[in-house]
This record gives sequence, structure tokens and C-alpha cells, in this order.
Amino acid sequence: MKPILQAIDVRKQYANHTALDGVSIDIPEGSIFGLLGPNGAGKTSLIRIITQITGADAGEIRFRGEKLNPSHIGQIGYLPEERGLYKKMKVGEQLMYLAQLKGLSKADAHGKIRYWLDRFDIKSWADKNVEDLSKGMQQKVQFVATVVHDPTLLILDEPFSGFDPINANLLKDEILALREKGVSIIFSTHRMESVEEMCDYIALINRSRKVLDGKVSDVKNAYRNQTYEIEGKGHLLVAHPDFGVLDQKKRENDHFYAQVQLHAGTSPNDLLRYLIGAGNVEVHGFREKVPSINDIFIQRVRETHPDYVPETDSVPA
Amino acid sequence: MSKIWLIAQREYLTRVRKKSFIIMSLIGPLLTVALFAVPVLIAKMSDSGKVVAIADAGGLFADRLPEPKDDISFTRVSADLTTAKEEFKKGKHDALLYIPKLDISNPSGFQVFSRKGLGMSLENDINRAVNKAVENQRLRQAGIDRNVLDNMKADVDLQTVSLSDDGEKSSSTGISTAIAYVCGFLIYIFIFIYGVQIMRGVMEEKTNRIVEVVISSVKPFQLMMGKVLGIAGVGFTQLALWVVLSMGISSVMAGSISPDKIAEDRAARTTAVVRPTTSQDDAAKKENVATKFTQALKSADLNVPLIVGCFLFYFLGGYLFYGALFGAIGSAVDSETDTQQFMMPVTMPLVLTFVVSQAILTTNPNGQVAFWMSMVPFTSPIAMMMRLPFGGVPAWQLGLSMVLLIAGFVGAIWFAGRIYRVGILMYGKKVTYGELSKWLFYKG
Repeated sequence: MKPILQAIDVRKQYANHTALDGVSIDIPEGSIFGLLGPNGAGKTSLIRIITQITGADAGEIRFRGEKLNPSHIGQIGYLPEERGLYKKMKVGEQLMYLAQLKGLSKADAHGKIRYWLDRFDIKSWADKNVEDLSKGMQQKVQFVATVVHDPTLLILDEPFSGFDPINANLLKDEILALREKGVSIIFSTHRMESVEEMCDYIALINRSRKVLDGKVSDVKNAYRNQTYEIEGKGHLLVAHPDFGVLDQKKRENDHFYAQVQLHAGTSPNDLLRYLIGAGNVEVHGFREKVPSINDIFIQRVRETHPDYVPETDSVPA
Repeated sequence: MSKIWLIAQREYLTRVRKKSFIIMSLIGPLLTVALFAVPVLIAKMSDSGKVVAIADAGGLFADRLPEPKDDISFTRVSADLTTAKEEFKKGKHDALLYIPKLDISNPSGFQVFSRKGLGMSLENDINRAVNKAVENQRLRQAGIDRNVLDNMKADVDLQTVSLSDDGEKSSSTGISTAIAYVCGFLIYIFIFIYGVQIMRGVMEEKTNRIVEVVISSVKPFQLMMGKVLGIAGVGFTQLALWVVLSMGISSVMAGSISPDKIAEDRAARTTAVVRPTTSQDDAAKKENVATKFTQALKSADLNVPLIVGCFLFYFLGGYLFYGALFGAIGSAVDSETDTQQFMMPVTMPLVLTFVVSQAILTTNPNGQVAFWMSMVPFTSPIAMMMRLPFGGVPAWQLGLSMVLLIAGFVGAIWFAGRIYRVGILMYGKKVTYGELSKWLFYKG
């Protein structure tokens, strides 16, 4: 698929800190692209370059093959991690203002605001001041502000933070519906497990560099390591020429849980046959252990930085 | 450009609709009018027509009582102090003045009795009346007529004339000073009020985090300019409302409490007590003062269009210059308390001009210090406006000052824009001057 956005060898340097060190990514059109990485990895710096809040020191961003320029602003919608609205402004006026800043005419904006307020069933809020709304309500308004101008590229920075589970689900459905309509979505988060299921593509960023990218299914395939999870009754023998037991836990009533890695040349069926036959266990569960993106990330980072300790709270510059 | 307009519009409308703006717009003119009206009203109300009884044992007022003044009238009672006191206790007079038998060359022993305290003005009036009577007696002893002496007293008004290339121009220093102060003060107060509003507005957007959404749609510079211009519109609206409302209110008030009317009222009341002729003199004197004032206004021959035009220019120019700097401060800090260190250097020249103006600008409006202060953009909006009403500012100086101010605010806006675009995205960091200077040279 043709990329809607390409970042080519983008570099960004702050006074005493390199935020992006030659990052290149392609965002395929009509997909959900996960931009993943711990806090301070450089995600926000990259997003700010894409949204033209700041410029790159080197490298180039292309939007549909064109060099990124202010004419693209109207096609991009951006939900920053730190949410914010004018507190003393009415919801309707605020949406109108933000839509107009994106280049919409008053009449256009009017219709679209109506559509979205209807869709979220929040029409009655239009005349309320933002400060009179609850935090969850403000989040909804903020999301409407992000999509009101029908962007073709939507950038969501930690979109689920601050949403309760019900509204998070609503938002998730809305994001998926937008993808159906052909909107490309960049999804930035440091909580990798939360978006795994939604993303078609991912890029992992760590310490200002891209460490991995590609289609989620490809990435996962590449990191499969022939490990299976077994739950059953009885006891699994540890030593066998065809597989190795990585981990075995005893549970109540003679039950167990084990992770088993197959050696080359062995198929999962061979293992099953052994378990049922010679292994003498009653199998309750058997499934392949597919690595989570989080596992892959940690593994990938350990390969490049053996001294890696997961960062928790560094401040992005 | 249209985005700057959109932003300016929002800034303008949200502020103009605020209750605080409406209240300020109403209170400002009311205060201004009150400043002038209250003394007049107080004068009108407080004088309840005090009567001073005189026990004239010394015969000081034998041929005539002192003229009533400021609604104080005099009346004669028994010359014997004890009976006078008895009467005073029962009576309704406000004070009792006892004149002892006296040696006119060394008068002493005057006494004033009152139930409550006398009050400064009443005491002064009585004192003056007695002094005058003694003086009259002495003059008579020396064979001088009071009227002759009065005629000899000089009451001269200086008409100051400034000689310039345009020929002679009469000017009135008093009027010029008043206009200089009004212009200077208005610019000073508006720069402060609206400059701080810009700063607060920027800080609000920054702490609300709305700024990131907005600058993904517009350039930081556009956002800053829109804000500065929008708030300028608010300032002009406020100024216009003040001028219009002040004039409206004062013209309504003037109808009911004009000085003429007060004088008439007073005349009507005082004649009832003593003699009519004198109070008319009073009114005439007052009228004289009023005409003098209008004459002065006319004779000052102020170049009104020039002053109004320059006022608007320096008002806007000064505001833009300082407004940009205030905006930069707002972007560099996280909270109001952090603003102090940056506010100081910005507000210092402003405060300084206003303070210095008293000593230098109005006393020597065309001196060296005044010249330089009216050139430097930090001080020129106030300094030049305080020089102009005195006349004699050469055209080249005015032109140069204006050009420098324009260059000044273009520079200030560039400088502020550089700081602003970095500052608004910088959170949780105490910024130093060193860091600020680095921001200036950051790339896009």
C-alpha cells in the first residue's frame, strides 16, 4: 500500500539531548500505525515534527509524496497527550474556533460539529462551558475537536489515558470506524499491550532510534520461537531430546502449567502425541505462546543495549 | 493572515463579553466623573449655613460685621461675655466669638466658644475675619483707605508664549502639564493592564495545554500576533467606552450641579441671613475663574489633531512593543509566581519614565534627558506624549521617535516570537536568562 506519510532519516537535536537520531518510518494509508516506545524515546518529538509544531534538524517528511508543508495542516488531526481546551469557552464555540483554525469555513464547520455532537450524543453540551464538564466529557469534546475537520491522517497520542473503560471502548470503536472510512491513524503510546490488537503496523522507538518496524503479524511471526503453553493434569518429565521445558509450575490437585520450546525438526503435533502417549498427562490446554509486542520490544532492546533497564519516567524535552 | 484575524477575534470577543470588562468599562468613567463631581457635591451639601455670634466688647466690628463667607454668617449678640455665654448655651448659634477690649497695636485675648469642636475651616474663617478687622482698624489709624490698598494689590496672569519657526504661539504651561499627565498616565496604565492580560492569556494557554492543539493548526507567531492584536482591540474599546461614557455622564451631571447653579443656590440662602450684594460678587468671581480656564484652553493653542493623532500612535505602538515582551514572559514561565524575575526588567523603564516625568519631562520638556527618553522605544511612548503638549518638539524628532518605535516593536515582536515558540512547549522547567538567549537561536 502507498504510504500516506514517510519520515526519512529524521534528526532532531535539543540543547543537550538528541531526541531523534535518524528515524525513518512509512505510514501505510488506511491503516492503524502504532508508534511505540517508552517515555522519552522520542515519540512526541517525531509527532511534533509531523504536526509541524517544530521542524526537523535534518531529514524529510513527505505527505503523499509531497514535502510536508502548511497546506497539509487541514488534513492532519492531532490529539496531544496533554489534553487542553479553553476552560471558559462554550463547547460549540470552541469546536467552531478550532475547526476554523484548521481552515474550515463557518458553514462547513457548523454541519460537521453537529454531526459529531450527534454521534457522541453530546448535543446538549454545546452551550456549556468546558469547565463545567467532567473530565471524561472534556475528553470526548477533545476527540471531536481532533476529528471535526475530517482529517485523512489522525495522530493520537496516548488516546485512552483519562477514559473510563466504557468510554475507552466507545473511542476504540470510533477509531476503528474511522479506519474503515480510510483514515490513516498514528497511534502513539508507551503502554504497548493496550494497542497491540488495534494496530496493523508498528514501529518501536527507543532512545531516539527506531529499533523495529513492520506489519504486526510479520513482526510477531519473526519473533515466534516455537514455544507452547501446556496446561494439564499429571507431571511433565523435564528431559527430552525433542524439546526443552522452559518453565513448569505445579497447581492444585496435581495440575500443572508449563512452557515448552520445541527443538528444530519437532512439530507441535509431535509434542502433543508425546504428551498423550508416553508423557502420561491429561492435556487441558495447548497453545502456541506468541510473544507480545512488549516482550519483543524488551528482547529487541536487550539485543541492542545489553545494559537496558526499562525507563519509567523521564521527561521528554 | 486570516488565521491571525480568527485568533484576534476570539481573544477580543471572549474578553469583551467578560463581566469584568463590562464592570471596568462602567466603573472607569464613573470614577473619573466622581473625581471631579464629588468635591463639588460635598461643597454643595456640607455647608448648612453656620452662624457665629459675636460678643463685641472691643468694638472691633462696631461699624460693620464681617461679610458672610463660605456659608458662614455673623450676628451680633450682647457684648457682655457672661450674658453672651448664657445666651449661647440656650441659643442656636454654632460658635461664639468674644472680642475683648483691645489695644489695636497689640491685640490679644480673643476667644471662641463652641459646643462641639470648631472644625478647621470655621476656625480659619473666624480667624481671617478677625485679622481683617484688625488690619482695617490699623489702616484707618494710618489713614489708608481699604479700597485704595485693594486696588494696589497685584493679581497678574503670565501669558507664556513659545517662540518657534512657526511664529509666536501662546501656550499655557498649566494646561500643557495637565494634558501631558493625562496622556502619559493613560498610556502607562493601559500598557500595564493589557500587557499583563497578554501575559496571562499566554500562560493560560500554556498551562491549559490547549497551545499544542492550536499550534498544530497555526504558527506560534500567528497565535502570538493574534493575541496581541485582539487584546489591543479590547484596549481600544475600553478607552473609547471610557471617553464616551465619561463625556456622557459628566454632561448629564453638569446639568444638575453646574457651578453657576451652586452659586445661585448659595446666594439665595445667604441673602436670607445677611446682605445680598456680597454673594453676587462671589458668583461673579467664580464665573471669572471659569472663563479664565476656557480662555486658557483656547490661548494654549494646542495642536489638538497632532496630539490626538500622536496619542493614538504612541498608545498603540507602546502597547505593541511592551505587549510582545509580556507575551514572551508568559511563554517562558509555568506560573504567575515565576513571572517576577522577568517582569522587573520589562516594567522598570516604564515605571521609571513615569516617575522621572515629573522631575524632568514637564519641567524641562525639551532638555537632553527628555530628548533621549522620547527616542528610546522603551520610554518613548510615555516620554514623547509628555513632551508634545508643551510644543516645540521639532518634526524630525517626532518622526525619528516614531520610526524608532516602529523598529522597536518589530524587533520586540521578532524577539518575543523566538522566545514564544520554544517557551510554550517547555514545561516544568525554571527558565534562566541564559536559556532564554539560547532559545533565540534555535532553529524552527
